[in-house]
Amino acid sequence: MTGKPRIGVFICHCGENIAGTVDVSSLAEEIIDYEDVTFSTDYEYMCSDPGQNKIKEAIEDEDLTGVVVAACSPSMHEDTFRKVAESAGLNRYQCEIANIREQCSWVHGEDGGSPTKKALKIIKGTVEKVKRNIPMEPVEREHSDKCLVIGGGIAGIQAALDVAEAGNEVILVEKEPTIGGHMAQLSETFPTLDCSQCILTPKMVELNQNLNIELMAYSEVRNVSGYVGNYEVQIERKPTYVDPDACNLCGDCEDVCPVEVRDEFNQGLTTRKAINIPFSQAIPSSYTLDTEACLGLNPLRCSECADACDADAVDFDESSEFVEEEFGAIIAATGYNLYPKEEMGEYGYGKYDDVIDGLQFERLLSATGPTEGEVRRPSDGKVPENVVFIQCSGSRDPENHNSCCSKICCMYTAKHAKLYKENVPDGNAYVFYIDIRAGGKDYEEFIQDVREEDRVLYLKGKVSKLKEIDGKLRVWGLDEISGERVEIDADLVVLAQSIVPSEGASETSQELNLNLGPNGFYKEAHPKLRPVESLTGGVFFAGVGQGPKDIPDSVSQGSGAAAKAIDLLSKPTLSHDPQVVEVEEDLCSGCGICVGQCPYDALEVNSREVAEVNEILCEGCGTCSSGCPTNALSLKNLTDEQLTEMIHATLGD
Amino acid sequence: MDFEPKLVGFLCKWCSSAGADLAGVSRKNYPSNLIPITVNCSGRIDVSYVVRAFHDGADGVLISGCHPGDCHYNSGNYKAWRRVALLKHVLEEFGVNPDRVKLKWISATEGEKFAQTIKGFTSEIKELGPGPYNDARERE
Ligand SMILES: Cc1cc2nc3c(=O)[nH]c(=O)nc-3n(C[C@H](O)[C@H](O)[C@H](O)COP(=O)(O)OP(=O)(O)OC[C@H]3O[C@@H](n4cnc5c(N)ncnc54)[C@H](O)[C@@H]3O)c2cc1C
Ligand code: FES
Repeated sequence: MTGKPRIGVFICHCGENIAGTVDVSSLAEEIIDYEDVTFSTDYEYMCSDPGQNKIKEAIEDEDLTGVVVAACSPSMHEDTFRKVAESAGLNRYQCEIANIREQCSWVHGEDGGSPTKKALKIIKGTVEKVKRNIPMEPVEREHSDKCLVIGGGIAGIQAALDVAEAGNEVILVEKEPTIGGHMAQLSETFPTLDCSQCILTPKMVELNQNLNIELMAYSEVRNVSGYVGNYEVQIERKPTYVDPDACNLCGDCEDVCPVEVRDEFNQGLTTRKAINIPFSQAIPSSYTLDTEACLGLNPLRCSECADACDADAVDFDESSEFVEEEFGAIIAATGYNLYPKEEMGEYGYGKYDDVIDGLQFERLLSATGPTEGEVRRPSDGKVPENVVFIQCSGSRDPENHNSCCSKICCMYTAKHAKLYKENVPDGNAYVFYIDIRAGGKDYEEFIQDVREEDRVLYLKGKVSKLKEIDGKLRVWGLDEISGERVEIDADLVVLAQSIVPSEGASETSQELNLNLGPNGFYKEAHPKLRPVESLTGGVFFAGVGQGPKDIPDSVSQGSGAAAKAIDLLSKPTLSHDPQVVEVEEDLCSGCGICVGQCPYDALEVNSREVAEVNEILCEGCGTCSSGCPTNALSLKNLTDEQLTEMIHATLGD
Repeated sequence: MDFEPKLVGFLCKWCSSAGADLAGVSRKNYPSNLIPITVNCSGRIDVSYVVRAFHDGADGVLISGCHPGDCHYNSGNYKAWRRVALLKHVLEEFGVNPDRVKLKWISATEGEKFAQTIKGFTSEIKELGPGPYNDARERE
């Protein structure tokens, strides 16, 4: 636009909200004398229909090039007034709001100084800004409509299914040989006690059969570049050395394999072979040869499995395959682990065989577990008569371990105690707890039932010491309610071990530039209002990776993340806020200081030795422009010139 | 006549300007000396603006952003933090009391803190008297 700016100023009374403390008519009279202001008026409610029409008419009749609406906070009606400006033929960025309500009339009563004078300064500053604003259009661009889901626990499974059902293609990347995550290890699930595998495995099958979903198990995300809508991702498919199409699950390979190592699925309560399938309902339904355990993938050293395989499914020559894919959205559902034994000196965890964690107890309770669902302790297979459950092991202990509450342990400990009592009706179950947190639907009733019907003894207090004495695990503690010391000779101790994020959270956060909170869980864009979104556009969270939660919450969050991904993927194009940084190449010395200042990797020094901005990555914070030693960078519509003039106007009389 | 300081406040739009809005919504009264200028992020504040403001007659300058770790753009406030620390040294070298510049983290939920900050800052600057380029100083 050439020629002198013609700015219109519209002052809202907001009933008495502004007019009650600010002399609105004198503002309109004074501002008309300010440079480049060619029109001013005041009105009772600018946001009302007649108010909006006044603005529209003035833009048209007075040939205005910019508009200042002095009214409430821009968070209220900026969009409304920008639409009005647009409808009268201006660009939306040629309308700015001067906030004279929240930041002026409401906070300076009769005794509070001079609100009218302050309002005038705010308006003058805004005039200085708007007259230098340039018209901008959102940047529109194409995007991929595929979704990547990282992690195939229940949260990732739910998210993948929902996105696929909406018609989008999904690739689910799971690090382990099978999907299912921790839920596959559980026996029965609180509060309804339905069998975990019975509700999980049909979903795993559904996922595997969904034509929109490609499952990449035993695979990992290796490299991510790009941005919302267009993430370029490299995925490594690790070799299983078994052709899943040929494998018929006969198990002959496993029978002959001479190597036995710790069985992760049974939490180390049993061993497995180097060639193995984690559990019989695993998906993909095939064997995997664990190279770390295998004698050497070399027929000269050992080829028992390959020789035994009638289907010729074992192939020692397989190698990693790298796949490059583009995705519009990414859902991180990397789940959890239990706080490691090595970090816990107390309670004899890792020292005594019969001090076990909650997941080990799940395996003991499970029909598919090492004891086929009978509770027998690991050391000697004896049925334990006295079982002590210790809650908050490693949780709520900021001095020594983790500060957070693991949220699900109160419930699963109650479940454990109940299932134990059903298994061993004459046995005694003791639960040491700090507080009982049973906030879910029907959860409190469940706990009450366990305490009363199942006669589980709940002791409020911490365990002070645990030691093996004469073949028993002696537990010393304090019952805060009776005030008495307690001493229990236990046959088995089950620790409700703290929930920590899996290594997947830190790996994924590095690849995707995500923030982690103090306990290492993913940090949301807003803890209340944007709980499934990350601050990185197009990346969403589901499941325990974002914070401890149970299955219903993990599934809800999976669906929530899916809804966000579907919303993004279903847009024909993506638009990006046009307020980004520009480079004035003549001034740029190519020093590259800006590159390090940018939180989004949106800047680089190009082959011509000048800074270049990626407009899609730039979020418009302007931090680089303030750090540029030669003033070569400027944030559109908040330039050095604009700010300098705003300061000047603000401090003038 | 009492000395009424002229103050400018740079507020980031995501936290501190929203905090100032909340002070308004909750009708927290505070002095009207400070004129707010909303910017995208505290990281957008070039220290030269502060110098500029003093030049234009300001007696004090407030810079307010999101709490550390909460910047909408991840890290702009950390940049602001370092820049302001450096600026304070430079101001001191030039004989300007560094207390005339205040950096404060105010979140969108801290309306009361915003009001208290403005009250406090206004009275602190009243104590310090006119700024380095305030005409009133020459008249004294
Ligand atoms: C002892 C115990 C008992 C429980 N009992 C119950 C109960 O009765 N009822 C209930 O509602 N809840 C229960 N829970 C909670 C339940 O286990 C969780 O809510 C649920 O399993 C969370 O699912 P998820 O998908 O978020 O995580 P996970 O199950 O941990 O799944 C995450 C998946 O992501 C994969 N992964 C991790 N990192 C990567 C990576 N970098 N790349 C690719 N893949 C990756 C993992 O291999 C895993 O398959 C219990 C928990 C415990 C510890
Ligand atoms: S957005 Fe508030 S300090 Fe960066």
